[in-house]
Amino acid sequence: MTRNLPSLVTVAVFALLYALCAMQFPFMLSARVAGNLLSDNAFLGVLAVGMTVVILSGGIDLSVGAVVAFTGVLLAILIEWHGVNPWLAFAIALGIGSAYGALIGAAIHWLQAPPFIVTLAAMFLARGACFLLTTDSISITHPLYADLSGGSGFSAGVMLLAFAGGAVMLRMTRFGASVYALGGDARAAELMGVSTGRTTVRTYAFSGFAAALAGILFSIYTQSAQPLAAVGIELDAIAAVVIGGTLLSGGTGGLLGSFFGVMILGLIQSYILFTGTLSSWWAKIATGVLLFGFIAMQRLVLLVSARRLG
Amino acid sequence: MRKAAPQLIALGLLLLADWIVFPGFFSLSIAEGRLTGSLIDILNRGAPVALLALGMAPVIATRGIDLSVGAVMAIAGAVAAVSVEAGYPWWLAVAFALGAGLAAGLWNGALVALLEIQPIVATLVLMVAGRGIAQLITEGRIVTFTEPHLAALGSGSVIGVPVPIVIALAMVAGLTLLARRTALGLFIEAVGVNPRASRLAGINTRGLLIAAYAGSGLMAALAGVIVAADIRGADANNAGLWLELDAILAVVLGGASLFGGRLSFAMTLLGALTLQALKTGILLAGFPPEFNLVAMAAVVSVLLVVQAPTIRSRLARGRART
Repeated sequence: MTRNLPSLVTVAVFALLYALCAMQFPFMLSARVAGNLLSDNAFLGVLAVGMTVVILSGGIDLSVGAVVAFTGVLLAILIEWHGVNPWLAFAIALGIGSAYGALIGAAIHWLQAPPFIVTLAAMFLARGACFLLTTDSISITHPLYADLSGGSGFSAGVMLLAFAGGAVMLRMTRFGASVYALGGDARAAELMGVSTGRTTVRTYAFSGFAAALAGILFSIYTQSAQPLAAVGIELDAIAAVVIGGTLLSGGTGGLLGSFFGVMILGLIQSYILFTGTLSSWWAKIATGVLLFGFIAMQRLVLLVSARRLG
Repeated sequence: MRKAAPQLIALGLLLLADWIVFPGFFSLSIAEGRLTGSLIDILNRGAPVALLALGMAPVIATRGIDLSVGAVMAIAGAVAAVSVEAGYPWWLAVAFALGAGLAAGLWNGALVALLEIQPIVATLVLMVAGRGIAQLITEGRIVTFTEPHLAALGSGSVIGVPVPIVIALAMVAGLTLLARRTALGLFIEAVGVNPRASRLAGINTRGLLIAAYAGSGLMAALAGVIVAADIRGADANNAGLWLELDAILAVVLGGASLFGGRLSFAMTLLGALTLQALKTGILLAGFPPEFNLVAMAAVVSVLLVVQAPTIRSRLARGRART
């Protein structure tokens, strides 16, 4: 029970915030606003799926924001400049994202380097690659993009599928069990026969795949691409995962909490938008306060359960 | 000295490369009573990151990390600019800014040392919220000021040498004395190598950790004041943006290990200068500044390969055989 407590608290906090918002703005209860909450935060949600898996394995991935931007620029160049079919371009982007992630995972495993620094280098490289491709903003005018955008529910659907698929992967497959084992205690996992190398490579490949998928959704959301897109989005994804009750030391947590973590961040943004008088920086401060609140709560839960065991 | 050889060679090669792409690189002249030239430029531009890195070095030596320094820079710049604009004397404005940095550092230190939260997570809180706090202080504006004394901290000079360089050098000297004339440096390294053993040996681990993060906040505030003074204004959105990554890179370039236990302020300064020499070289060679990112990725990759335990042990075995 204590293990699931942080995620349950996240759901409760979300319900509470939503109720408070709805009391002030009754139209927040409408299906349209709820739908917008899903589709506006779809790319962040998909990023959070990948980040949750990485953090559960005891790692961190700072490169995802740059991969989102790179995916957008790549799609724009393929679709607009070379007339590639968008679906084929999506497939190429997902392939490159996964391969890049696998490379990051391999570097972390073989060089025995801290994930923080390896993914930092990967972030520099992907961001630099964006600028090498183009320094301008490119708008994407392909009709498919107009069809998939906004009210079509495509983005929201992809995000919900990503969460569902990720949850199945974490709970029902051998890979998912390996991720939890690795994050819980890497040495014990190895002694139990978990292949740390293979798990690490797959974990980061999955995160790269999720980042590329998020990049596709982001490019549909903005109908354009630019090399400076999504700067710092990795921090929002990490914040959503932490607020969702996943421990940054790995091994404990899950996707249900991350989903509501993303929704809480989205709710804060919507609230600030609806009031109109609150300045945008309050979103950052509120996120920081929530982060602190959840981290402090996790410490307490750990202390209590440690005392019970001891 | 021999330990510094790889770093000195790297810096030397970079300076040589800079000289090849820009023949006037080593020339120094005195214009309007102050030294100018590319070398001075590297030192001057590198000073803020050098200060951040000097604060970061003890934190990394304790096996920690401080992600909040960029945001703390923005807070300190905002506090200094808003204070002088409100009519406070410049020294009081600087004191307020340093006080804000110290408070931020103490907060980080308390989270790490007292609540025993992982450093990455603990400092992430201020990294996310800090920039919002800075914007709250400036009310979202870019606050400009004309106060000459405060501006001199960024663009003035002492007997021809730009003030940021003087401050950075004074800090290196002061911190080195503090760490090596007392046992402080040894204690910090001990905490990084084995926190439990050092606690059992009677070292006040918690106090040291809090002091390390407080120092990092203080140095970040100093860097923030210098950057704000240089442009005579505080830009809460962009001041110090992503500089925490530069600072971490500078410390690692200076030969420190992210797994803690190694502390050298002089080497950290060397790391910061190497990073700046690389950036300046890219500009001088006529590449767009975006190239910086690719070059920095290359530098990190080389560092990772060189520091990798697997490759190190293989090298060591090779040496033992010959």
